[in-house]
Amino acid sequence: MRKIAIYGKGGIGKSTTTQNTVAGLAEWGKKVMVVGCDPKADSTRLLLGGLAQKTVLDTLRDEGEDVELDEILKPGYAKTACVESGGPEPGVGCAGRGIITSINMLEQLGAYTPDLDYTFYDVLGDVVCGGFAMPIRDGKAEEIYIVVSGEMMAMYAANNICKGIVKFAQSGKVRLGGLICNSRKCDNEKELIEALAEKLGTQMIHFVPRDNVVQHAELNRKTVIEYAPTAPQADEYRTLARKIDANKMFVIPKPLTMEELEQLLVKYGLAA
Amino acid sequence: MLDMTPATVAERSALKINPAKTCQPVGAVYAALGVHGCLPHSHGSQGCCAYHRSHLTRHFKEPVMASTSSFTEGSSVFGGMANLTQAFGTIFEMYNPDIVAVHTTCLSEVIGDDIPTIISKGREEGKIPEGKVVVHCNTPSFVGSHVTGFSAMVKGFVKYLSENTGTRSTAINILPGWVEPSDMTEIKRLVAAFGLPSIMLPDTSSVLDAPATGEHAFFPKGGTTLPELKAMGDAKATLSLGTWASLDAATLLETKCGVPFQDLDLPIGLAATDRFIQSLQALAGVEVPTQIEDERGRLVDVISDMHQYLSGRKVAIYGDPDHVIALTEFCRDMDMLPVHVLTGSVGNAFETRIKDILADSVPEANVKAQGDLYLLHQWIKNDPVDLLLGTTYGKFISRAEDIPLVRVGWPILDRVGHSYFPTVGYLGSLRLAVEIISAIQERQDRDAPDHAFELVL
Repeated sequence: MRKIAIYGKGGIGKSTTTQNTVAGLAEWGKKVMVVGCDPKADSTRLLLGGLAQKTVLDTLRDEGEDVELDEILKPGYAKTACVESGGPEPGVGCAGRGIITSINMLEQLGAYTPDLDYTFYDVLGDVVCGGFAMPIRDGKAEEIYIVVSGEMMAMYAANNICKGIVKFAQSGKVRLGGLICNSRKCDNEKELIEALAEKLGTQMIHFVPRDNVVQHAELNRKTVIEYAPTAPQADEYRTLARKIDANKMFVIPKPLTMEELEQLLVKYGLAA
Repeated sequence: MLDMTPATVAERSALKINPAKTCQPVGAVYAALGVHGCLPHSHGSQGCCAYHRSHLTRHFKEPVMASTSSFTEGSSVFGGMANLTQAFGTIFEMYNPDIVAVHTTCLSEVIGDDIPTIISKGREEGKIPEGKVVVHCNTPSFVGSHVTGFSAMVKGFVKYLSENTGTRSTAINILPGWVEPSDMTEIKRLVAAFGLPSIMLPDTSSVLDAPATGEHAFFPKGGTTLPELKAMGDAKATLSLGTWASLDAATLLETKCGVPFQDLDLPIGLAATDRFIQSLQALAGVEVPTQIEDERGRLVDVISDMHQYLSGRKVAIYGDPDHVIALTEFCRDMDMLPVHVLTGSVGNAFETRIKDILADSVPEANVKAQGDLYLLHQWIKNDPVDLLLGTTYGKFISRAEDIPLVRVGWPILDRVGHSYFPTVGYLGSLRLAVEIISAIQERQDRDAPDHAFELVL
């Protein structure tokens, strides 16, 4: 089983990219489980056709520690298995602890079955605390893909996430598999992200162009692959899925200093 | 027993061995027990509360009541609001205290639970009945020490309850610091001897030294009462005893209620008790009662008579800052040599103060705040002492180095008496001096060869 975690700056399109990629793999016949690690619990919405999921932590709260696997594991598009960790309301509790609890519980309940080809962890925003690093600790996820765009803050976040990966890579098996550029139509975006990838010692595994069909699909609570299977954008996600499937380049990244990052932007004409 | 402690002191930045402190909530519980009809409540997992209760019980040999929010995995994710509001319901239904004093723990602090919000929620939902009081303080154990927690809880009571009604009473507030029930009784006796009406916060006398009556009182008869807590805001002055344990609350009484304060040491020893008595005299505007002058005279008499046993004796003093400061000064005044002085609590002010006290007599003394007993042991290996003065935790060094230990401070887990006989005031200091002298004489007898084994010492 390949165990993959998707990280990236908040709002960059992690959940959309993850679910479309998963749909691409599932459509192709791969058995995939998606574990949403975001208190908002919206990481599997497109695969399930809505927020139909009762989260692991809601279940834990309501039922106590005696939780059954089928209460939290819902089948989604093309036999994907969907789990949402869930978490507290904004402003209370500890979402990071929630992820730790939730992943431990999935392990205890035997959610990681041998017939799975892939497990995807879709993790909220930046790695703000130890809880959000849980998916890359103790050999859980072994491959990381970072969703990024040509925007400065997205690149900055990606670089920060790499620092987290370095920490855990030294003591475990986790490696960076590449950057996924989710285009914001910035100037020289492809070249910029390719250059960033090179500096980090990794690759830009795919450049996902911006297409309004993604928004249409989302409004219909579907992945593009399900909503518009013949659209060019659906093929982009299929390509990304195949590239991930074929990927052999796993590295311990070399994070940039702030100065190096800024020099990169100057070089590509985005900053003076 | 501690045979492996090396004499060479290596610099350590991250490791504490045999710490000379414990965590904040235990202090918050002790302070809350000094309020009448108050149930201390630990907002965290059960283990914290169990430890603090048992540790206090081991020291006082009395039951210690406290409740807990009993966090589960779920509460640590979703926050402890549901647990605490439910706890309020259960507490008032089952135990019916007048006051619940909530303190936080590491877990609830890291989650970031906002206790005031939860208290208002508890009121809204009717879990806290009309007329009942809930106060709180924040006591994460990764900050400060048990003394910090004590100070925070005392301050919490002032913050929630003390009010200035626009008038000034003739009463004075006494913040006794972290001392024994016996000490609190003794301080009240001294204050009363000056004819001064007073309010003491906290007051654990008749709580943690309560007599056996054949009946168990869940809320013993002692403790500062709710009306007294309110009236503290109208007092004419506050005497804050022990900077680390009391100054925060004293400062708040001044800023919130306009009550001026004096920051004094714990009245242990001749000089510190003199300063305390002088403050009382100034506030009361009367002569020092003869009875108290006589007590002073007896202390001076014993110290002078026994000077040959005390003079030049090296002593290592450790424990909580307020105690250690007073003890160091007392030992110095008895011509002893406090060569090693250490606390586990924070504060550069501690080191400055001790060095100041010892500037003329032992300028080369080892002094450390945030130290541990391992370091103290190493110091002793390099410069042996005649006596250890501090908590029970020193008994291992005492055995390893064959040095007599006089138990004083908190905790004392293996002897009885501290909660019944004071170490404050002239009488308490006399008791302490006698213990020190006895320990030294006992050692002299033990070590004396037959020809020097004297009937009369």
